[in-house]
This record gives sequence, structure tokens and C-alpha cells, in this order.
Amino acid sequence: MAAGFKTVEPLEYYRRFLKENCRPDGRELGEFRATTVNIGSIGTADGSSLVKLGNTTVICGIKAEFGAPPTDAPDKGYIVPNVDLSPLCSWRFRSGPPGEEAQVASQFIADVIENSQVIQKEDLCISPGKLAWVLYCDLICLNHDGNILDACTFALLAALKNVQLPEVTINEETALAEVNLKKKSYLNIRTHPVATSFAVFDDTLLIVDPTEEEENLATGTLTVVMDEEGKLCCLHKPGGSGLTGAKLQDCMSRAVTRHKEVKKLMDEVFKSMKPK
Amino acid sequence: MEGTMQTETTIRAESGIESGPRGPSCSLRHFACEQNLLSRPDGSASFLQGDTSVLAGVYGPAEVKVSKEIFNKATLEVTLRPKIGLPGVAEKSRERLIRNTCEAVVLGALHPRTSITVVLQVVSDAGSLLACCLNAACMALVDAGVPMRALFCGVTCALDSDGTLLLDPTAKQEKEARAVLTFALDSVERKLLMSTTKGLYSDAELQQCLAAAQAASQHVFRFYRESLQRRYSKS
Repeated sequence: MAAGFKTVEPLEYYRRFLKENCRPDGRELGEFRATTVNIGSIGTADGSSLVKLGNTTVICGIKAEFGAPPTDAPDKGYIVPNVDLSPLCSWRFRSGPPGEEAQVASQFIADVIENSQVIQKEDLCISPGKLAWVLYCDLICLNHDGNILDACTFALLAALKNVQLPEVTINEETALAEVNLKKKSYLNIRTHPVATSFAVFDDTLLIVDPTEEEENLATGTLTVVMDEEGKLCCLHKPGGSGLTGAKLQDCMSRAVTRHKEVKKLMDEVFKSMKPK
Repeated sequence: MEGTMQTETTIRAESGIESGPRGPSCSLRHFACEQNLLSRPDGSASFLQGDTSVLAGVYGPAEVKVSKEIFNKATLEVTLRPKIGLPGVAEKSRERLIRNTCEAVVLGALHPRTSITVVLQVVSDAGSLLACCLNAACMALVDAGVPMRALFCGVTCALDSDGTLLLDPTAKQEKEARAVLTFALDSVERKLLMSTTKGLYSDAELQQCLAAAQAASQHVFRFYRESLQRRYSKS
């Protein structure tokens, strides 16, 4: 009978739970779903990670290739993120060119990389003006159950920490690059941006880590990306109901807590990995 | 009525071009708005902020494709065309921001199974582009007579390396700034409808920028009110 009510009046069904300060899956309003992360599972990629936020699953694979540095910044490399939302992850997406949600997510990830300076692009340069690394970061969503942005940011960060680039020297005589696959080094990750997403209900209530049903019923969403010093890299609020300054403050404090949780999880995972 | 106007405003009776008053406490650039300048769309507006200019056209409520129709409210679509080149991923992201902001204020429930299309064309970009797009979209929606719960405006803040706040930055100031924050605020309670930021900043700086943006939005809303009053008082 509850299932019938849920189909006919989904918003009322939700409101009944929210009144008791909890959600249908048993979580509190400020509780995240169980987060798991798996590093280095793709052997053919230079760095990879798989992140699961409840049912939302995102896999990130990073390939490093050579490219010429941009003419206006000859000492910088490139990081090219791409989020792929295929029909595999949700019935809402069709195959073909990337839809709006995928493009917005790709732009969001590009902004996070740019704003947080997670990697200095100068570190990716091999020979100024001639050769630089291009990191293609492909984030593929395997299962879309809401909160894609948090999962993608986490997957990207974990994969970047896993990337090992071989040493490259330019041969003076032939002017060709020589790659030494035996000597690999990790990237220099300067900050750890962590995203926390909220959904706004009925213009007043804020819930953390929305599932797909909650995202559809919400009147607005908000994503805060924070690094370890409490600095904000991105405050992404694409429209939706209005928020006051005080509510934003609450979101910030929740984001700080989430950052600590994620950082702890990531440190544990990397410590437990066997050194190659 | 002219006697009570401030000296900075200029009025052109034929086409209804309005220029914004520049009070001493407001550091926004000079802004101007022209409505109903295109004959084909249901509503149109051109918004000028300093040298940044955006032209907006609104069609609606109109017929919607069956695949896109929503049974209980209007489907809003936003198209943003850059000045040069083809629209890319950045434009898609901005379209999403503008669309969600409009959806929060437009009373879509009054026109179910219809579509309201907002088309924005960037005429010149000299900084604070997204804020100018938002203002142009709002004025065009008003010109088209689309029912709205509140008006909205866009304000851009830039933080430079020593923490000074700059409102409505030019393109040069944006490039040199440490962080650029764009907010969309509603006219009823000055709540934050939309926010998008670039660069690194602290929590306290965010609250500071938000407060400054809320104060600046007063001037923009006052300009909207005056320009609409003048337009509809000419009969």
C-alpha cells in the first residue's frame, strides 16, 4: 500500500519522512550514503579509480599522451576531463552526442580542476614549447542514483593520485622523446578538493547526498567543493529555490565535515595499497 | 515627472531606452536597458552593463514537442549564443544555470504543457557576462508578459589577491582577480537563487561577497522598476 501511495503522490510520501527528520532509505538528513573506493583496477590506464556512493557508481580512467603545449602558455600541459552518462546508467539518457547533463558535469569537473589547482599544469610540461603531457580523464557513470558530481569529483581525485607517469627525456641529437617505462613517478597533487551536494526541499529543508528520486522531487540543488584549508573552489548552485546566508553557512560546515571523512577514507585506501 | 529624475538618467521617449542612475555608494558600471526592440519574439530586451551587452528574446507560452512536455508546468528552454564561434560545453553549462534560475521564478504551473524559450545572444563581452545575461533574460521575460513570482538579477563580484572586493568587474579585472563569483538574487527577499564561482576563496569572503551583492541588487531592482514604470506610463 505504501508503494501505491509513493507512485501517486511521491512528494507527499517524501514529506511524511522529512517531518520525522529522516529519509525513506533510513538515513538522517545530514548523512551520506556508504562510500567505497577502489584504486588502480584498470590495468591499461595510467591511473584509475572506482567510486561507489550508495548505488551511484562512477569509474575514472586517466590516460597520459603527448601533445604540443598551447602557444599562449608554452610551459603548461593539458588536463581534459570528460563525463560520460550513457544509457547504461539511467533510462533518462540516450546514446549519441553528450546530453546536457553530461556536458554540465564535464564543465563542472573542468572548473574544479582549474579553480582548485589540484595539479599545476607546469608539472605536466616536458619540454617548454615542444612537448607536454596531456591527461585525458574519462569519467564513466555506470549507475546513476543521484549525486553524480560528488562521485565524479572523488573518482577524479583518487585516479589522479594513482597516476604514474614515466620519465621522458628529449634526445638532443634526434630531437625525439625517449620514454623510460621503468622509472615512473606519481603526480604532485597539491590540494584535495571534495564536493558535497545538497538538495533543497520546499524552499527550506536541506538534505545531503540526494538519491535520484530525491533530486527529481527537490526544488533546487547546491554543490560545495572545498579543499583542506576550508577554502572553497566552487559553489555551484544552478538555480532552484532561494537560500539565505545562514543556510549557506550550515552547508559550509557540513562540507568541512565531509571533507575530513573523504580524506580519511582516501588516506586509508592509499596506505593499504601495495607499493609497486 | 522629468524634474524629479536624477541628472544622470537620460530618457528617449520613442524607443524606451533607459539608463541606470549611478549613486555614489554603488560601484556598478553604467547600465542601460531597451525593451521590445525585436518584432518577432513575444518579448525582447537588450541589457547593457558598461561595455558588456546581451540581447534576449522570449517566445512563449508556445507549442511544445510531446517528448519535452511536462504535464503540470511549462517547459523552459534557454539558448545562449556566444559572440564568435559555435556554442560549446561552457555555453551549455551557462544555459543550465540561467534555465534553472528562470524555472525558480517563472510560474510554470499557470501554463502547463507549453514551452517558454529564452534566446540570448552575446553582442559584446567586457566582463560580468553571466550577470548581464541574467538581467537581459529577466527583462525579456517581463516584456513577454510571462507570469513570474519575483524578478531576478545577476551580480558579479571579483576578489583580487589582497582580498579587496570589486563589484561588476571588467574583463581585465576578472582576469587579474583571484576569484570571480556570480550570484543571481531574487527581488522579494534577496535570497540566493543561483551561484557560480571561479577561483579559490574562503567562507568568510563568500559571505562578504553575498552581502555586497545583495546591496548592489537593490540598485538593479530599482532600475528595473523605474524603467518599467516609465515604459508603461507613456500612453
